[in-house]
Amino acid sequence: MNRLETTINGVKFKNPVIAASGCFGFGREYNELYDVSILGGISSKGLTLEPRQGNKGMRVWETPSGMLNSVGLQNPGVPKFIADELPWMEKLGNVIIANLGGSLIEDYLNGIMLLNETNVDFIELNISCPNVKTGGMALGIKNDIAFEAVKLAKNVSKKPLMVKLSPNAENIVEMAKACEEAGADSLSLVNTFKGMAVDVKNRKPVFNNVYAGLSGAAIKPLALRMVHEVSKNVAIPVIGLGGIYSVEDIIEFIMVGASAVQIGTVNFSHPTIAPSLIKGLEDYCINENINNIMEIKGII
Amino acid sequence: MDFFKTKVLSNQKISSDIFVINVPNHYDKILPGQFFMLKSWDDHLPLFRPISVYNVENDLISFMYRIVGSGTANLANLKKGNPIEILGPLGNGFPVGQENGTIALVGGGVGIPPLFETAKQLKKMGNIVHVFLGYKDELFGFEEFENIADAIFIACENGSEGYKGYITDIFDPKIYNAVFTCGPEVMMYKVRDKCSQLNIPSWLSMEKHMACGVGACLVCNCDTIHGTKRACKDGPVFLGSDIL
Repeated sequence: MNRLETTINGVKFKNPVIAASGCFGFGREYNELYDVSILGGISSKGLTLEPRQGNKGMRVWETPSGMLNSVGLQNPGVPKFIADELPWMEKLGNVIIANLGGSLIEDYLNGIMLLNETNVDFIELNISCPNVKTGGMALGIKNDIAFEAVKLAKNVSKKPLMVKLSPNAENIVEMAKACEEAGADSLSLVNTFKGMAVDVKNRKPVFNNVYAGLSGAAIKPLALRMVHEVSKNVAIPVIGLGGIYSVEDIIEFIMVGASAVQIGTVNFSHPTIAPSLIKGLEDYCINENINNIMEIKGII
Repeated sequence: MDFFKTKVLSNQKISSDIFVINVPNHYDKILPGQFFMLKSWDDHLPLFRPISVYNVENDLISFMYRIVGSGTANLANLKKGNPIEILGPLGNGFPVGQENGTIALVGGGVGIPPLFETAKQLKKMGNIVHVFLGYKDELFGFEEFENIADAIFIACENGSEGYKGYITDIFDPKIYNAVFTCGPEVMMYKVRDKCSQLNIPSWLSMEKHMACGVGACLVCNCDTIHGTKRACKDGPVFLGSDIL
């Protein structure tokens, strides 16, 4: 009996725990601490067509039960990902999600075309990065812009298209519906909340971009609410993320409608937590006499 | 590298805001200039604190740290037997074994502690080691160098001890085969620039805010001539001429 198996867009995950983009690199670093092939899937560091050096200045700031980041999509670019990182990820055998961002729609489409010819299982379209000044954020906020972008992406993508939503969208439910209508195969939410910190001593913002993305336990109730609202209003699968720190958190996200979850910031404070979360979910199923964890999906 | 939940062996105040904490050592090899991520609190503070290794003995690892914020204030409250989580050893460390001869170590403030283990290892390999230590006001951690280093130079900004001013005022690299430095960026850049003029290699240990500590999150960015590098994984020690 596989109590934790979940299927999204025809792709089988051995369990619903996925490493979130931007918090896990391509899996190599955490694989030094435990066998990361036990994860249901890994979402790659946010990729762009061309390599990016990311933002200058401070990139991280701790907040109560959370953290702000302003990395700015530092990544090796899609071609180098395909050549240097993907072969290693393929050997792990879990579901590979290529997270793809960008500034220009042409770059998104060219990135998708390159990824089409690989063994990645999903393309997670990042229309919601708060840390890149042009592109990402506007896409993630305005429904009509998102609709057009997702429609174009879907037209060229041979892979299931998972669209990652920003909690900074003007209306998260309308945004989700627009993406579904445009052809998204699944949705992942939420990305980070736009936040800010001030360097009081120097009387200036901590981050060069002024605003940064808030993640961690602090955002969990907000993320949970959004996953609940969206799940009730779309027919496509929803992957929940935002401040997951425990087995109970994962169960909450599934109960409000998530078909799988992603874990991000928690890896920083609990670097070996993933195996215990997966075991905890298995134990929960046994104790609750549940044959498959998806039996509790969307019961709230 | 591993993630280890252990107990504090001791935690001692050595000056008004400087402490030395000891934890058990179960590692085969820890290189001078490497660091560990330390955490002794729950998730209201989600991040570990990266602290460089001060001293390694067979059975213990020492970290010397200053209280600068809520994390290090939490560390300072720890007593013998309290739980602590440690992730490491991390980073590359100073190029001991690669650079040989007469080596200068230039430290400022809490950049001084990692130079102690470095001096020990350099001496073990037969090098001549001169130590330059810069302080703002209160001195700490210099006595330990007396049995190890071949020469010690001290500067204190308020003139309470040694030269009155910055350590870089009295540091002249011309007799050294290589220079290792750790401390405020402005100090390290001054050391680097003095070395560059004489074509002497300088190695800088860069201090950055970190989240994962293992190279996955990319928040500890260092701008180098080879692009943006990770202080935690590609560093923290970089060749001075590579740093932009």
